[in-house]
Amino acid sequence: MEFITNTWHWSVSGFLIGVVMLLLTYFGKTFGMSSNLRTICSMSGGSKTASYFNFDWREQKWNLAIVLGSIVGGFIAYHFLGNASNIDINPKTIAQLQHIGIDAPNGKFLPDALFSMEALTSPKGFLLLLLGGFLIGFGTPYAGGCTSGHAISGLSNFQLPSLIAVVGFFVGGLVMAHFLIPIIF
Amino acid sequence: MKLFRFFAVGILFGIVLTKSEAISWYRIYEMFMFQSFHMYGIIGIAVITGVCGIRFIKKKEIKDYKGQPIEILDKEKSIARYLFGGIMFGLGWGLVGSCPGPIFILLGTGVPAIAVVLFGALLGTYLYGLLKDKLPH
Repeated sequence: MEFITNTWHWSVSGFLIGVVMLLLTYFGKTFGMSSNLRTICSMSGGSKTASYFNFDWREQKWNLAIVLGSIVGGFIAYHFLGNASNIDINPKTIAQLQHIGIDAPNGKFLPDALFSMEALTSPKGFLLLLLGGFLIGFGTPYAGGCTSGHAISGLSNFQLPSLIAVVGFFVGGLVMAHFLIPIIF
Repeated sequence: MKLFRFFAVGILFGIVLTKSEAISWYRIYEMFMFQSFHMYGIIGIAVITGVCGIRFIKKKEIKDYKGQPIEILDKEKSIARYLFGGIMFGLGWGLVGSCPGPIFILLGTGVPAIAVVLFGALLGTYLYGLLKDKLPH
């Protein structure tokens, strides 16, 4: 059972994500998680204020079913398929994080410095979570997709726009990790 | 139960991303610091699997489950939107360590703080919808 409860190897995980994308193609759909943000906005009455949300969200029910499934999948994996106690981050990364005041994983998926109840209830912590979400929510529809839609689906079909988007993802991520995170924390 | 197959694919997706630790803030940080191959391996193999699968579908003219020809649309040509939007998303991805898929999956692992990230993301998409016509695309 250890091959299930331990961290899954990148080759197995990558292959299965590719299979997810191909299954959806076979079902006549396009793999893309960020579209759901638009759908939820539309369902919540956004269509009254902007034409961008004025579409029949019922046609996106299949994608919302994937969202529900992924929440259940996260629950199952977290509670029944072993936990992250063997999460194996590069010791150099952990030392660097310690230096800027971010706690080591010690079996957690997420650092307390950003995701604990204490961080959540502090004004700075709350604003950082909101800002991070905001950038993701504004950036993905602007770029027309996220990791699933561009990096996986788009690159698999040799789409130049997706390559430009992925370069953008990395420019943003590198600037955040190398220059902004040490200043923020 | 037309939707059940999508729900099942979602479960698989949630399990894979949790067990591969792609939903971990630490894994994303480690990736952007170039201190681990793990995430590059995952994305690389996913793309290689996708390339092979898509080529096979096109070459053999595979039909979808309803018997309709599979049509894979090209992305619309532009530079500005992909670059500006991509950089914004990258900044958020680097800060909270989750892209849209993992935001939902982490809800399932029971992290209350992720609800704030999701709320921020919905706010961001809503504002994008309002400003869409004024932005360079």
